[in-house]
Parts: sequence; C-alpha cells; structure tokens
Amino acid sequence: MLGMIGATMLLALREIRRHLLRSFLTTLGIIIGVAAVITMVTLGRGLTADVQEEISGLGSDVFIVFPQRADPNVPAPPFDDADIRAVENQIAGVEGTAGSVNANATAFHNGQDWTTSVQGADSEFFTAQSIDVVQGRGFNEQEEARGESVCILGPKIAEEIFQADQILGEQMRVGNVSCRVIGVIDERSNSVGGGNDADDVVFMPLKTVQRRFIGDADNVQFFVVKYDPAYQTTVIQQQLIDLLRERRVIQDGEDNNFNIVDTAEINDTVNTITGTMTAVVTMIAAISLLVGGIGIMNIMLVSVTERTREIGIRLAIGALAREVRLQFLTEAVVLCCFGGLIGILLALGLSILLSSAADLPFVFDPVVNVLSFVFSAVMGVIFGYYPAHRASRLDPIDALRHE
Amino acid sequence: MSEPPLIELEGITKTFGEGAAAFQALKGVNLTIDRGDFVAVMGPSGSGKSTTMNILGCLDVPTSGRFRFRGVEVQDLTRDQRSLLRRRYLGFVFQGFNLLARTSALENVELPLLYRGESKKLRREAAERSLDLVGLLPWAHHTPAELSGGQQQRVAIARALVTDPDVLLADEPTGNLDTERSLEIMELLTDLNKTGITILMVTHEEEMAEYAKTIVHFRDGLVERIESGLKNGGSAASASEEHA
Repeated sequence: MLGMIGATMLLALREIRRHLLRSFLTTLGIIIGVAAVITMVTLGRGLTADVQEEISGLGSDVFIVFPQRADPNVPAPPFDDADIRAVENQIAGVEGTAGSVNANATAFHNGQDWTTSVQGADSEFFTAQSIDVVQGRGFNEQEEARGESVCILGPKIAEEIFQADQILGEQMRVGNVSCRVIGVIDERSNSVGGGNDADDVVFMPLKTVQRRFIGDADNVQFFVVKYDPAYQTTVIQQQLIDLLRERRVIQDGEDNNFNIVDTAEINDTVNTITGTMTAVVTMIAAISLLVGGIGIMNIMLVSVTERTREIGIRLAIGALAREVRLQFLTEAVVLCCFGGLIGILLALGLSILLSSAADLPFVFDPVVNVLSFVFSAVMGVIFGYYPAHRASRLDPIDALRHE
Repeated sequence: MSEPPLIELEGITKTFGEGAAAFQALKGVNLTIDRGDFVAVMGPSGSGKSTTMNILGCLDVPTSGRFRFRGVEVQDLTRDQRSLLRRRYLGFVFQGFNLLARTSALENVELPLLYRGESKKLRREAAERSLDLVGLLPWAHHTPAELSGGQQQRVAIARALVTDPDVLLADEPTGNLDTERSLEIMELLTDLNKTGITILMVTHEEEMAEYAKTIVHFRDGLVERIESGLKNGGSAASASEEHA
C-alpha cells in the first residue's frame, strides 16, 4: 500500500509537470484564497501587536481615572490627595495609586525657547506607567516630599534644547521655575495626560508642579490605579465607581463626573475590530476557495476524460476501483497542496510588504499557515473525489475503446 | 482427469441494450478450454468473438449462462473480485498495444506488479526479466513513441507476462503489424505456449490462426465449429512462407 501511494504521488507530480500552465491556472483560486486569508490574519496580528505596544505605554493592569463633565455646563471638579489615598486604602486588590497634573509652559536654555508641557508625577506614576529613565535617575523621596525643583526630560525636548551637549546637572528654566535636570526618559509610544507628543514633556515632582504651576497643592488632575490582576477587574472597577461617587457626592440617578479607562478594555476593542476584519476577509476568501475548488473539479474531470484509455488499461491489468480513485484523488490533493504552498509564500511576501508600508510589526503566525495548508489538502479531497470516483467507475471495455 | 478444465462456458448469452434496441451478441455459447491450449478465435465481425473474449478476460459478465474459470463461477463475482482475478491469472495483449504514453517500456511492464503491491526492487527485476524474454531489454528506457509497432507489441506482451499469468488473452495481436512483425509475434506466442501458458487469441487472419492448436469459429453469436489437435509451431510458419 505504501509503495502504491509513493508511486501514485510520483505519477501525480508527473501529470502536473506535464500540464504546468494548466495546473497553475487551476490552482489560482486556491492561491488567491489562501494568500488573502493569511495576509489578513498576519496584518491583523500586526495591528493587534501594535496597539498592545501602545497600550503597554499606558501601563498594564491599570485603570486611568479622569474627571469628566456629566453636565456640559458644569465643569467636573478635580480630584485631591485624599481621593487617591481613599482608593488605595479602601479597595481590595488595588496595589497602588499615583496622581498627576500637567500644565503648558515654555522651557528656556542657553537663549533657546521651546513650548512644551510640564507634568507633575512621582516615582509611583513612573512605575505604573512603565516609564524608563535611561539617563541619570528618577526622583527620590526627599525631592518628592519637599517639592524640589528638579526635572526629568522627554527625549524630544532633551534633543531640541540640549542637542548633543551635557544634559545632566544643567539648570534650565521652565515657565518661571528654574530646575536642575537629573534624568532623561526613554522614547514612548503613548502617554496619559501630557501633550500630544509623549516624548515632548518635562517631568517634575507632583508637589513641585502643584505649587508652582497649578497654585493648588491639593489638586490632582487624574490618577492611575494599579491593580492585582488576580482580582476581577469588573469588581474593582465597580468599587472604584461607588467610592468616587460617594466622595464626589453624586446623587442616585446622576451621571458620573469622572471616567475610568481600562487598558484591558481597549485591548478587547482592538481584538474585536481585527476579529471582524478577519472574518470579513475570510468570507471573501472562502468564496475564492470555493471557486478555486470548482476549478479543480473541472480540470480533474477534463483529466479523467483525457486519460480514459489509460484508466482502461489500468483496470484491464487488474487495478481495483479504489486504486484508480486513489490515483486521481492524490493528483487533486497534490495540485491543491501546491496551490496552498504558493498561496502561503505569496502571503508571506505580501504581509512583509504591507506591514512595512502600514508601519505595523510583521507577526508570523504558524498556526494560520499550517491550517491553510491542511485546508488546501482537504479541498483537494472534497473537489477531487467526484472526478476520481467517476474514473474508478469507468467500464474497462468502453475505456479501452475510447479514442 | 481429476483437475477441472481451465475454462468452461455454459450457455453464455450476452444482450446489449434494452427493449426494441436490444441486440443479442451471444446466443448460448458453450466452450471448454484446457490448460496449455493455444486457441485462435475466428469469425466475421459481429459474430460475437470479441464479446466472448471480453467475458473470458473477466472484463465483462454474461447476461445469462455460467463461466467457470479455475472452478470459480466468474458471473457471481463483483467488479473488484474480477479485477483481482485479472491481476492474478490473466495477461492482456491488445490490437492497439495500449501502452501508457510518455512512460518508459520498463515502467509499462512494471505496472501490473505495482497493483500487486510488489516492492520496487522486485518490480524492476521481474520487468527486466520479462523485457529480456521478448528481446527488448536494450529498449527498456524508451517510451512507446520511440518504438516500432512490433516493439510496442512485444512490450505489451512483456507486460502481460510479467505477472506470470495462467492465461494470455490476445485480441488481434498482429492486427496493426506488417507480415514480418506479425510472424515474429506469433513465434513468440508459440514459444510462450510451449512454456505452459494457455493462449487465447482473436484473429481474422488464417495465417495467424495456423499457429494455434485449436481454432474456434464463431458465427451469429454461436460457436459454429471447433478444429482441435492442429499442428503448431514451425510447420505452420513454413506453410505461411509458401503463402507469401
């Protein structure tokens, strides 16, 4: 039986080589279908990975809490230190909180000026948001407690104002505050608060910015809540809402005047969107594959008719019906597998090209590639079966007479 | 005679089509063929000789009557069972050679062994032996298109012999060949018959039939007469030379 299959495979390859152009055109539907699905899934994976990286810039397993107007005519009040402490102390599963404020200011150094944003944040905030200090150091406890005039620069402003000069230890003026530069942070893809550009920012201790820029030592514009992922986020979120409603004296039936952003939720939304996109393309690809499969069936029927005499000879010398069926089925499957393989290679090229064009990371997904290949083979079985069955049912006498 | 005859046909009829268009090709054929015989089947076209050969070759089944081959009731077998019978005991040689195109002589000869599930090594050895027997070993790697008609028919005979069959069925084996090649083929068949293979051959040429030990004449779907115990081999060949 093994020798039989080996010989059948060889025969199939020989037949395909004999009609190279015809075989290629026949498998085009499968090539396009497979390439479309894999390309789409790969791009979707790239998009998801890209968004996940952006979200990771916001920290993982965190809520970000903003004031938000419930009534367009009434500004939402800011939070204060007591709110943050209450959240940290009263809700189970909260590992830490960090408040932040920010203001616009102009930075001056060596006769240059640069409009930027000043963000007040302590080391807990840096931790929760995964902000890395790559040069110098972060704020220490004394600087945070006293509200000292020290600053950490975003990479963009560091480059704009200092170029390649010495940065650490330099004095610079931000608004009307003179501060000493103690560190530079890494490039970030995204940030909470701050300006539009995550890398164009000057960090100072929270207290420093509250006093010198906001003029209210108790004002917190937003805060991040880091939670233990072992707890259910929906439960923590509900407790957070209840606590903040109570502290902000919101009556039953009134809307929240704050908003909670859950990074996990953003992730889910992106997954839903890419999932939908993939489903749509998969449906289109399924139609392409169906048409491709019908093409395979058609060409196999032509092949059976062309080779009627050969089938007659095989039957006359004692081939069983199932052996003839196996031969033609193998040919259809091999044909489809080639289509699948070419489709996979095409998808590989397309994905690399498109992800670099769309500035997305290229994420190779072995599962979808293997599945596509297996699916191609299954197509061969489904659409090759009828022609193969027809070949196996031929009458040897008629088949031998066939011209 | 404890052993039953190799082939027994009893009241074989064969009808093609149905109703008004029905045509009865065989109207009750009785025939017994013993092991080792060399039978020429003759008769005008439409006499039923090809239909009989198809039934004897287990390619077709009779409409009624009994066909016993080696004691097996062939009319009761399934299609696949008849395939197994062909693969095990029968070898075919056709008028049109019926070799696989674009396939070497060696691979053509190997084909029946492939369906027997023999190993590649054994297939190759047996095929080479068989090609050697018909004198075509040097042409083993040529495709049919590169061989003459006589050579192609020899390849076909090699293919029929490779399984070491009990019976060789030849349907007009010399029909597409000139006289010289035809006689060579007939000599070959005669030699094979001498090794013990039973040969059934359809022909309409007297010259070829003279090689047979038994000649069965068909007419109108019936066996008209049987000439048995005929001379065979060299004398027939010399007789044919006188004709030429």
